[in-house]
Amino acid sequence: MLINGAQAILESLKKEKVDIVFGYPGGAVLTLYDELYKMNFPHILTRHEQGAVHAADGYARATGRVGVCFATSGPGATNLVTGIATANMDSIPLVCITGQVGNPYIGKDSFQEADICGITTPITKHNYLVKNVADLPRVLREAFFIARTGRPGPVVIDVAKDVFAAQLNYDYPKKVHLNGYSGDFIGNEGEVSAAAEALQHAKRPLFFVGGGINLSDETDAMCALLACTGIPVVSTLMGLGCVPSADEGFLGMAGMHGSYAANMAIMECDLLLGIGVRFDDRVTGLVEEFAPRAKIVHFEVDAAEINKNIRVDYRVLGDLRWSLPLFLQKIKAVTKDYKASYSMWRQYVIEMNHAKPLSYKKDNHCIMPEEVIEKVSALMDEDTIVVTDVGQHQMWTAQFYGFKKPRQFVTSGGLGTMGYGLPAAIGAKIGRSDKKVVLFTGDGSIMMNCQELATAADNDIDIKIVVLHNHVLGMVAQWQRMFYKKHYSQSVLNGHTDLVKLAEAMGVSGYRINEPAELMPVLKKALVQHGPVLIDVMVPDTEDVLPMVPGGKRLDQMVMGGDEE
Amino acid sequence: MKKFLLAVLVDNKPGVLTHVSGLISRRAFNIESINAGYTEEAAITRINIVVSVENEQELEQVVNQLSKLIDVVKIVNLSKVESIKRELVMIKLRASKETRADIISVVDIFRAKIVDVSQENVVIELTGEEKKIDAICEVLSEYEIIEVARTGAIALSRGPLPVKKM
Repeated sequence: MLINGAQAILESLKKEKVDIVFGYPGGAVLTLYDELYKMNFPHILTRHEQGAVHAADGYARATGRVGVCFATSGPGATNLVTGIATANMDSIPLVCITGQVGNPYIGKDSFQEADICGITTPITKHNYLVKNVADLPRVLREAFFIARTGRPGPVVIDVAKDVFAAQLNYDYPKKVHLNGYSGDFIGNEGEVSAAAEALQHAKRPLFFVGGGINLSDETDAMCALLACTGIPVVSTLMGLGCVPSADEGFLGMAGMHGSYAANMAIMECDLLLGIGVRFDDRVTGLVEEFAPRAKIVHFEVDAAEINKNIRVDYRVLGDLRWSLPLFLQKIKAVTKDYKASYSMWRQYVIEMNHAKPLSYKKDNHCIMPEEVIEKVSALMDEDTIVVTDVGQHQMWTAQFYGFKKPRQFVTSGGLGTMGYGLPAAIGAKIGRSDKKVVLFTGDGSIMMNCQELATAADNDIDIKIVVLHNHVLGMVAQWQRMFYKKHYSQSVLNGHTDLVKLAEAMGVSGYRINEPAELMPVLKKALVQHGPVLIDVMVPDTEDVLPMVPGGKRLDQMVMGGDEE
Repeated sequence: MKKFLLAVLVDNKPGVLTHVSGLISRRAFNIESINAGYTEEAAITRINIVVSVENEQELEQVVNQLSKLIDVVKIVNLSKVESIKRELVMIKLRASKETRADIISVVDIFRAKIVDVSQENVVIELTGEEKKIDAICEVLSEYEIIEVARTGAIALSRGPLPVKKM
């Protein structure tokens, strides 16, 4: 079949079952957009390339499929950088196709030229510059394969402008041949056996679950492990949702803003089973004192994560889709009443969780942000997709929403990208139109990609945006309050911005809630209204996210708060 | 700090050196030398890297992070097997009538070669292990060195087995 490069790209996307592209046109991708027009390929025009890449990321997290975005050369491509880095840190599969200036112009500092492969090398799983049209089918096939297999991640394909128009004899490869990457992550069964053996000697084991379980869709195996052993479980931010939070043995999120019981369980356990985690500094606190009494088992797909931050005693290297079912099988093969062996330890940590639960001080005169999250949670379906931006509202959502389902929580964890939430919510809703989508954001974060309100309105995307409006950059202000003598340097937002009017100006319905008495009636009305809705909730400016483990401290050196004081 | 020589076989594709060098810089690994060249297979380039690490854990990180790159086909730590390491140096030296005879005797002692000569200068070439190269540079430093070019180390294992089959 003789077609041009642009058609070849779109045909390849069809072969990869891509049902939507997020993007923004421009000079270097005009030919691609012309074929998209002729083919009527589904596309969402965002209002900024950063919106496109975050939307593709939100789509990928919510669906488990590869998110795809298009951008033009130069500024179009560089506007993707934050979104690519966000996806890379959280291992999200993306294929980003950018236009490059034409072959004769490469390297000449031509108009809208930027070396996007050079720029994105540190923040992609892999990238390609395509200068020859004959390479396109192979490159696309490889890109999707690399993005979705193993530890997923973003792949950039930079295509010279003339390549889109050049003709090729199109044939989509059935197989991928990469010398250095098989995409097969079956490990060594002996390592699983050693981990199962280690469990036989443990008296106080603890599961420590992470984003890898959500990414590999291995929730069922994980829940089966919990049901079979009765071992208590703590989660990272990215792991939330992979085990139901309502389970008694679930002690909550661990780390800097983790629950008391979760952090204490890490300090006291004698076997820590880390599953799909990467021991990020936000979760370990002082690394030398992380899980000091425990042998550590690490179930992980990426060899480079093992012993990177934390020295482990047992590694189980391989895809969780292989290792977790096998681990379950091996521990079931031993005739041992696991539940009975660990019951005292389980009881001990559960009581600790009951004694010092996550809490906050209620106030009759103002609306507490934590309360808004609890109320919204109660009003939404149990499989509602919850998206956040970054900052205090993100931590409160992690603490108080109560996640029940995998892939329910869409948040920028590793990179902590403000401005992620709104476009990601749009992408999540497009990917999962069968589910409700709610975004928690702040008056700081929403402004970072507020132009995407127009995208939501113009495409009638049914998302509910809850702004916890505290007139400050809350997390920055919290650190300034705690560690910088209350010098609120550039963190105060007492300006004239009216978020309701801003939403309405772009075609999104807006509500404002000032008084506690208005909260439930307005939420009940706004959350069921069809189409995009922004709810601007006024909350106090001095509420802290607690507990908090200050940077570089041990997990048991938490600053408590809420009702505890 | 310990030094290790890694033989890294990579796909001979555009961008592969960016991927390797970018990884080294962003992970803040200490590199003593890096060089690349064609191999017996047209599709494969061999990159020789001498890394300097604090401990085994850091070495493991270097190898695991490099292995993750899609273009990297194989990595072998040639410092951990019996191997022959070589480096080439060329030294351009000011050589007057008075100093020339002394310089030639140094060249002879090191079994180096003079590959270019003029009334004012000589260019000396020497192949050997890093220590030998360091030694000749040291000895010649009492003369006026105009310029030095070193390749960095390359290595092959002893015996018939190639790196790709290790």
